[in-house]
Amino acid sequence: MRFMVIVKANKDSEAGVMPSQKLLAEMGKYNEELVKAGVLLAAEGLQPSSKGKRVKFSGEKRTVIDGPFTETKELIAGFWLWQVRSMEEAIEWVKRCPSPFEGEAEIEIRQVFEADDFGSEFTPELREQEERLREQVSAKK
Amino acid sequence: MTATDTHRAIDAVWRIESPRLIAGLARIVRDVGLAEDLAQDALVAALEQWPQSGVPDNPGAWLMATAKHRAIDHFRRNARLERKHEELGRELETKELAVPDLNAGLDDDIGDDLLRLVFVSCHPILSTEARTALTLRLLGGLTTEEIARAFLVPEPTIAQRIVRAKRTLAKERVPFEVPRGPELAARLSSVLEVVYLIFNEGYSATAGDDWMRPTLCEEALRLGRVLAELAPREPEVHGLVALMEIQASRSRARVSPSGEPILLFDQNRAHWDRLLIRRGLAALDRANSLGGARGPYALQAAIAACHAQALSPEETDWQRIVALYGALAQITPSPIVELNRAVAVAMAAGPQAGLDLIDRLTAEPSLENYHLLPSVRGDLLVKLGRFDEARPEFERAASLTRNVRERELMLTRARECAGRSTSFTN
Repeated sequence: MRFMVIVKANKDSEAGVMPSQKLLAEMGKYNEELVKAGVLLAAEGLQPSSKGKRVKFSGEKRTVIDGPFTETKELIAGFWLWQVRSMEEAIEWVKRCPSPFEGEAEIEIRQVFEADDFGSEFTPELREQEERLREQVSAKK
Repeated sequence: MTATDTHRAIDAVWRIESPRLIAGLARIVRDVGLAEDLAQDALVAALEQWPQSGVPDNPGAWLMATAKHRAIDHFRRNARLERKHEELGRELETKELAVPDLNAGLDDDIGDDLLRLVFVSCHPILSTEARTALTLRLLGGLTTEEIARAFLVPEPTIAQRIVRAKRTLAKERVPFEVPRGPELAARLSSVLEVVYLIFNEGYSATAGDDWMRPTLCEEALRLGRVLAELAPREPEVHGLVALMEIQASRSRARVSPSGEPILLFDQNRAHWDRLLIRRGLAALDRANSLGGARGPYALQAAIAACHAQALSPEETDWQRIVALYGALAQITPSPIVELNRAVAVAMAAGPQAGLDLIDRLTAEPSLENYHLLPSVRGDLLVKLGRFDEARPEFERAASLTRNVRERELMLTRARECAGRSTSFTN
């Protein structure tokens, strides 16, 4: 399964404030762990929306709008693409991430559509994982 | 968090931590089977305690500490039977448990232990099936059931394979170490063989199969990538990763909406995964930058790269592919390689040149029942306008293939030849 893991923007990232040396080092080490685990497919940081553009579609009309965009909560500062076996594995890896910013930060996890995807909540995989774990515990008792 | 959520979280932690856990324990107790048992004991403890206490901040450290305590208990219990175990137990207590922080500065050790586990799981003393099952279990964290479904084999068969494999390793006293010197190349070869075998099982899965099968491709890719970081100076590791990334890049284009396989020449290249192609080309660069003559995986990857970088079959650098197959034929000569080389030669130098090479293969005993040989020969004859000779080739190919759609395709081509025949007799 693939997941896009999105670092949400905040005031600092939008202001172009660079991360500290310490954070850069920690993030570097974390990305290394993802590579060593065979999980990392791609990773990029995004420049602030002040350098970005939007194109609005309305019927046949196309309008180009310059950044910055004010709704910081909706913006993203960077993303990873990971290959893991489940959403739970993605969550576990995200928990191990050093906090991308001082103070509060938010990372969003979204599953990538595969060719034969019918939606993750209904895969037999998750149900079977649960059954298997129950069996393991009862077998050992 | 509900109990179910916690169980799923524990499952995810297990997937991430179990190979390192087992590897670290195997170094200490010097027995892969015992290491796995101890790791499983730690998992059971986690399943019992974490739903109440929550998943710890450092779950890997928790599992390792728990497993080590179990190891000490184990050796104490056996102390009456063997002095050696008692020594190990004491050694454990003083040396190993004295290290409180498993994070700082022990990454190298863990890397080495993982590499040791890889080599032991793929030891040539085990059969290929045993190596495959053991690797998926110890390094992939797959359950017996998952492995069984992936290989279309009953679960007890896999369970037995794994049990016997561990027993063999213990009985033969296979040392828990990374091979060195002249031994390394051969041992690495058996590791790569296992990984590629897993990949091909997944790659050959068809739409109707168990959903576990295609995930084997992902498992193999992950294992390959892990290996590339554990053994970064081995060019064939990067070569294999490159080959798998590029082959996997074609997954979406390989199957029609109705589930039928689509040949490389006919695939919609817009459906090729460019991210995987980029990763494959990067891995190939790593292999090449390590210098030396290219090995078989790097060569196959280079051939795959030629296709991956061509926007259409016509724009493919066939000359380069011909040269690469030539190099491949030098190190792993086989009639299949020759057949592929002939196809490339036909694309590069015209159908007659290809046919000259094919005609040398018609007497080859191993290709006697291989449907692609008459299929290719028929195709080249058609290109040369020799329809009367092409038709029996397609009919022969149809009779040899077990794939229904392929048979129909071959019969259609045979009929077309009859229609274009220059002679009026039948």
